[in-house]
Amino acid sequence: MVYHADGKSVAALEDINLDIADGEFISIVGPSGCGKSTLLNVMGGFLSPSTGAVTIDGEAVTGPDQRRILVFQERGVFPWLTVEGNIGFGLSKLSCAERESRIAHYVQLVRLQGFENSYPSDLSGGMRQRLQVARALAVNPDILFLDEPFGALDSITRVIMRGELLRIWQTERRTIVFVTHDIDEAVQLADRVVVLSSRPARIQEILNIEIPHPRNISSPRYLELRDELLKQIGLAYEI
Amino acid sequence: MSELKSPRGWEKFFWPIFAALVVLCFWHYAVAWTGTNVFPSPLSVEKGIAELARKHVLWADIADSLRRVAIGYGAAVVIGIPLGLCLGWFPAANQVVNPLLQLLRPISPIAWIPVAIIFFGIGDPAAICLVFLGAFFPIVVASVGGVSSVPLIFRRAGRNFGLSNAQLLRKVVFPAALPQILIGLRIALGIAWLVVVAGEMIAVDSGLGYLVIDSRNSGKRYDLVVAAMLIIGVIGLLLDVAFRRLEKLKTVRWGFRNAT
Repeated sequence: MVYHADGKSVAALEDINLDIADGEFISIVGPSGCGKSTLLNVMGGFLSPSTGAVTIDGEAVTGPDQRRILVFQERGVFPWLTVEGNIGFGLSKLSCAERESRIAHYVQLVRLQGFENSYPSDLSGGMRQRLQVARALAVNPDILFLDEPFGALDSITRVIMRGELLRIWQTERRTIVFVTHDIDEAVQLADRVVVLSSRPARIQEILNIEIPHPRNISSPRYLELRDELLKQIGLAYEI
Repeated sequence: MSELKSPRGWEKFFWPIFAALVVLCFWHYAVAWTGTNVFPSPLSVEKGIAELARKHVLWADIADSLRRVAIGYGAAVVIGIPLGLCLGWFPAANQVVNPLLQLLRPISPIAWIPVAIIFFGIGDPAAICLVFLGAFFPIVVASVGGVSSVPLIFRRAGRNFGLSNAQLLRKVVFPAALPQILIGLRIALGIAWLVVVAGEMIAVDSGLGYLVIDSRNSGKRYDLVVAAMLIIGVIGLLLDVAFRRLEKLKTVRWGFRNAT
């Protein structure tokens, strides 16, 4: 992936080869500005790669599609629609009754009962992100791309949201590609953690996190993997 | 603002009324002390308002002015918003049209009066045309700006959910741009009210603007001139207050400051 701007070209991604299995939870970490979001946008079909291709189920990705929904860091929900309106946004093709039941289901899944008719400006940051996830899941996508979805939340809400995401992932079983700059987040959530190098980003390492959920975040194996990840990114163990 | 500093109920009304009374007193004594017999005192203006209200011409004049604003402003809304949305949506078209818009925009609608009279003669269409010109440019500019400042995230999200271009414009871009468009509409309404009065002084023989100029020309009735001015001010204020209520609607409230 090469960007062209102001007559200069910037190589953002280089030589990325990644196979993701159905139903897998993948985290992508890397130094800030390395091209994590670019990679996600290429996979989502919002940017086309300069060379190479993204294939999903044997089919080349040529543009955005309802089968794979990108969840943004913040301000992704539509502020002019209520919670119900947002969740139902991608459901205009369904019959009224089906639409209603789908909305009710996802309101419940992300625990926004009682806020169906609230506007996003009346919700907290964490609720807004849950709403965005619900809107994405409502159209029944095969893949969710999450671009630092909890990055703008405070640390307590962030931890709660990780648990919520895992719960949703375990009930709904979608493939999740999760970009984050938070190392703990990556190790706590993912089946595999992809470490990108600084720009132009290459895959530096892929770590298998074989610990079953729920994960004990003070277990020796967890700490070992976390240290390994810190080392990969080039950070010291101590501050 | 902290809660503690918000004024108590009676203060909200007391101080503005007090300020108005101070100005009225100043006006009254200024007229009395200078002994002018040209400029009217508040009391004679008040009598003037009563006289106008009795004569029934006032209501016809108000209706005429409001009608001209409604038609001219309505046409500006109906043409200006779609045009602005298109120009915002197709930046290439905007690049072609924008210099022309920016050239025409600073020309005061009052400068168009002779041109309007050539085209429409003395009468309603000329005044309506002036109102249209006054309202049209702010509406177009606000719509273009509204569309081009819609965050990329909203467009991407819309595309992600499989919207076609037309659907994206209707379901995402328009509602996202609506708060900014509303600001443009409100400014345009204020301008329309300013322009209709100016236009009526020259291009027609009815309406509040005509009432002002006619009161002066037929016998230097400055009490009626000031009375008509005050009525113009009150109606303009009411129009603005009415429009502001639109900004409180839930679907646009997010786009205004102080909205949380």
